[in-house]
Amino acid sequence: MRRILLIVQKEFIQIWRDKTMKPLLIAMPIIQLAILSYTADFTVKNINLFVQDQDHSALSQKLIDKIGASDNFNLQAVSPVYNDGFNQIQKNNIDVILSIPEHFSRDFNSGRKTALFIAADAINSTKAGISMNYLQNIIKNFGEEQAVEKGFSGLNPGIIVSKRNWYNPNLNYKFFMVPGIMTLLVTMIALFLSGMNIVREKEIGTIEQLNVTPIKKYQFIIGKLLPFLIIGLFEFTIGLAVALLWFRVPFLGSIGLIYLFTAVYLVLILGIGMFISTITDTQQQALFLSWFFSVIFILMSGLFTPIESMPVWAQKITLFNPIRYYVEVIRLVMLKGSAFSSIKLNFLIISVAAVVVNLLAMLNYRKTA
Amino acid sequence: MTEEKVIVANNLTRTFGKFTAVDHISFDVRRGEIFGFLGANGAGKTTATKMLTGILSSSGGYATVAGFDIKKHRNRLKKNIGYMSQKFSLYEDLTLKENIRFYGGIYGLSKKETAAKTGEIVERLDLKQIENTLISEIPLGWKQKIAFSVAIIHSPKIVFLDEPTSGVDPITRRQFWNLIYEAAENGITVFVTTHYMDEAEYCDRISMMTEGKIAALGSLHELLTKYNSKSMDEVFIKLAR
Repeated sequence: MRRILLIVQKEFIQIWRDKTMKPLLIAMPIIQLAILSYTADFTVKNINLFVQDQDHSALSQKLIDKIGASDNFNLQAVSPVYNDGFNQIQKNNIDVILSIPEHFSRDFNSGRKTALFIAADAINSTKAGISMNYLQNIIKNFGEEQAVEKGFSGLNPGIIVSKRNWYNPNLNYKFFMVPGIMTLLVTMIALFLSGMNIVREKEIGTIEQLNVTPIKKYQFIIGKLLPFLIIGLFEFTIGLAVALLWFRVPFLGSIGLIYLFTAVYLVLILGIGMFISTITDTQQQALFLSWFFSVIFILMSGLFTPIESMPVWAQKITLFNPIRYYVEVIRLVMLKGSAFSSIKLNFLIISVAAVVVNLLAMLNYRKTA
Repeated sequence: MTEEKVIVANNLTRTFGKFTAVDHISFDVRRGEIFGFLGANGAGKTTATKMLTGILSSSGGYATVAGFDIKKHRNRLKKNIGYMSQKFSLYEDLTLKENIRFYGGIYGLSKKETAAKTGEIVERLDLKQIENTLISEIPLGWKQKIAFSVAIIHSPKIVFLDEPTSGVDPITRRQFWNLIYEAAENGITVFVTTHYMDEAEYCDRISMMTEGKIAALGSLHELLTKYNSKSMDEVFIKLAR
């Protein structure tokens, strides 16, 4: 026990003296949450629109005004020539073209069918789909308004769908992203701190001096793990404070439960880092491996893209991804107020994995080469 | 009593792939002596030392250190030995006192014992004014002396010194050897590797390694007579040829 505490003490002194590390550990969570939460935004805004107006009527002008007044679209140019718009798409200045046909006004006012055409730059297919969807909605609303104004009854829709958004009534995407980014923060800090640590002692040569002492492997690994567990929980607390106080993310669940899960999760991630540290000889190798795992873990975690929309084989791979379980739990507990019974399975999986990975790291740490 | 063997090596061997770094070496070290393990760079001195201290496994043969088998009883062996490697191994970002406190505790010294040892080391090496200085800010010669003191903080039976004096000036080397003598007087057996042939004269007995084998073993006087030489340099050149 005394040996473990001595290692903990030594690690804290070393981190405390590190002139880069200390400010980084405080600034990193705040910067990461502040910047990423604003930028990782999946609502599509500032869509650059070109309108080919071949009708030049009061009605077409009304429609163009309505679209231009929307938050989502920036009306860049109106011209009767389609190719003007197409050239701008080529130059990446325009995202969507709306083409209003000749006799649009005449046909509409006489109750006949009229067809508009929308074309989008679909390199980013998600953005194109969402843009076209927005545009269609605006046009549909416009059609309905005009129909009511003109007293047409034929266009009155027969089915009325009413909607309600549970847990996030205002569809604030930040409520979804901020807890997700908190998981990212905790994971990165834990993985990189522990991944670099033992291998650093290998590089400096101090590990040899430790290996020649009667210290036990478990004392060494636990002594290395504890300081980072404490730092990880500290980072999580800063993240949580920013989430609740700045972003006003609701917190419906139990704070104890979220800390318990975070602690177990941290032990798992630290174990992975330790394992990386034991199989590598230089910090560079450890860094490459840590990055490799983080990128895969993050992109396959359900943090940015729903796991349900991944191909079945990829969904199966995510079962081995610790971040997946953590993202799920943190969103469930914070936003839905889920109790332990709802996250039992995740808790069990993470706990078992934490034990297994740390045992592996312990076995793989060789005091004798 | 003087004939008690604290290190016994019998055909100790270590191979790395096809390369044999240590090739069936056999020797023993008696309690209380200063045993010089000489040889050129790359002769296998460090590899042999690492096997004897339990941080490198052997490929063949056997050895006991302080009565413990280097394969079977590594942990008990490690309680009874001290080690100072050629790669400087105190924590540069800890102070002198913090390093002593850390290693003292790891070797199982109580807080009281560690404090007493700290005072002793600081006084003996006259380090009062730098006891709270980071190791990184202390000159190399001093660091080596501190590292040696830390290596024997738990009063081991044997201390292994791997090239302890490489890279330091002659005066510091001399001072360092005084520390070694002091340790030997306190009953610690000293196993020291070096490629400075003149340091042989400080040792009770010497083994000379060339290409993984022990080419000669005996006291300085015995070796000089046997190889009809005036200095260890001459012996070394004759053996290396």
